[in-house]
Amino acid sequence: MDTKEFIAKRVAQELKDGDVVNLGIGLPTLVANYVPEGIEITLQAEHGILGTGPAAKPGEEDYELINAGGFPITVLPGASFFDSATSFAIIRGGHVDVTILGALQVDAKGNLANWMVPGKRVPGMGGAMDLVVGAKKVIVAMEHTVKGEPKIFESCTYPLTAVGVVNQIITEMGVMDITADGIVLAEIAPGLTVDDVQAATGAKLIIPDDMKVMNIQE
Amino acid sequence: MNKITTAEEAVKNVKDGDVLLVGGFLIAGSPETLIKALLETSTAKDLTVVSNDTGMAHMNMNKVMQQGRVVKVHGSYIGGNPLTGQMLIDDPESVTLYPQGTLAEKIRCGGAGIAGFYTPVGVGTIIENGKEKRVFDGREYLLETALRGNIAFVKATVADKAGNLFMRGSSKNFGVIMARAADYVIAEARKIVEVGELDSELVTVPGIFIDAIVQSEDV
Repeated sequence: MDTKEFIAKRVAQELKDGDVVNLGIGLPTLVANYVPEGIEITLQAEHGILGTGPAAKPGEEDYELINAGGFPITVLPGASFFDSATSFAIIRGGHVDVTILGALQVDAKGNLANWMVPGKRVPGMGGAMDLVVGAKKVIVAMEHTVKGEPKIFESCTYPLTAVGVVNQIITEMGVMDITADGIVLAEIAPGLTVDDVQAATGAKLIIPDDMKVMNIQE
Repeated sequence: MNKITTAEEAVKNVKDGDVLLVGGFLIAGSPETLIKALLETSTAKDLTVVSNDTGMAHMNMNKVMQQGRVVKVHGSYIGGNPLTGQMLIDDPESVTLYPQGTLAEKIRCGGAGIAGFYTPVGVGTIIENGKEKRVFDGREYLLETALRGNIAFVKATVADKAGNLFMRGSSKNFGVIMARAADYVIAEARKIVEVGELDSELVTVPGIFIDAIVQSEDV
């Protein structure tokens, strides 16, 4: 299975019936494809939609109806539209249950860096800072390493998106919970050892007695 | 009072040095007809543009920026417009980036008579540099101040001749709040109808906020 699909499928298992969810661009967007049977979620888009649906069909594009990446989409029955101030009242006000987004770096204190690489062109933070501060649960969904180098550290070195906001990190190597004591490896990918995961991680992992193996359906 | 005018007439209100609020999120709700008139018929320069994203490379704000008439930008996500990214590299002081909700709330406050607000967003990041921090109920917040413009450009799906606007779908975004936060507000509308033809129950922006209405080229 493709790494991104594997991660997205595991992230989708975290969603509960009735959750209002905001998905970041890229890998997190895939999560919508794997929402488990019987679980209904509402997707929020930060420019003013609750209840986004699939991409618009060719020929049916409507540029008054786009996703946060600028592409034409559809909405589901029961959707609503609102302005940006209302949208961020929803986000900052704690009305989003889960936000799922990528990271450049995450650390053992739950700090997140995902908007700026020093020395590189800066696209801006968009709604990321608001989302991670406001959402009830923050899940970082990403590949465990970049070019073989860790992305999970004791302390981030890139400029932060927010302090102490990440609850969980899900990668192709495992499921990690951020706790007051540090990063707990709650689940490990099939076929890997704790040493494999630790070697790819720049922070000390806490291994619980009841560590599980990630269970992902084909 | 007749608010209907042409784009060319409307943009004559933009003066050198103005702060210009521009509605839209990428293409949705972007007032391209008004920006095109600014590009082709106005010489106003030294502009400060307030926009979520300053559009994308193929959109009209990029062309106004190519003319060197924009000296400052306040935005949130500028990844779609390479010229804004270049401005930030050439002169970091010329582009101010805000968390998107902070930008929206600054503008909302600007139109609502509120001087500022405390937000938890940005605490512990470079956004907090130079800003007052205050603790409420054990949590840290940053003081952010209101943002207003001399002029606002917004786009509506339907306008009636009194200036009541209906903005459809995800085109509401920043247009709704910018329409209240500038001294002179110009709305381009895809369709303009008589007073009474736009259902009062469907008004997104009350006409009281709108000074001029222009037919959009996007019909």
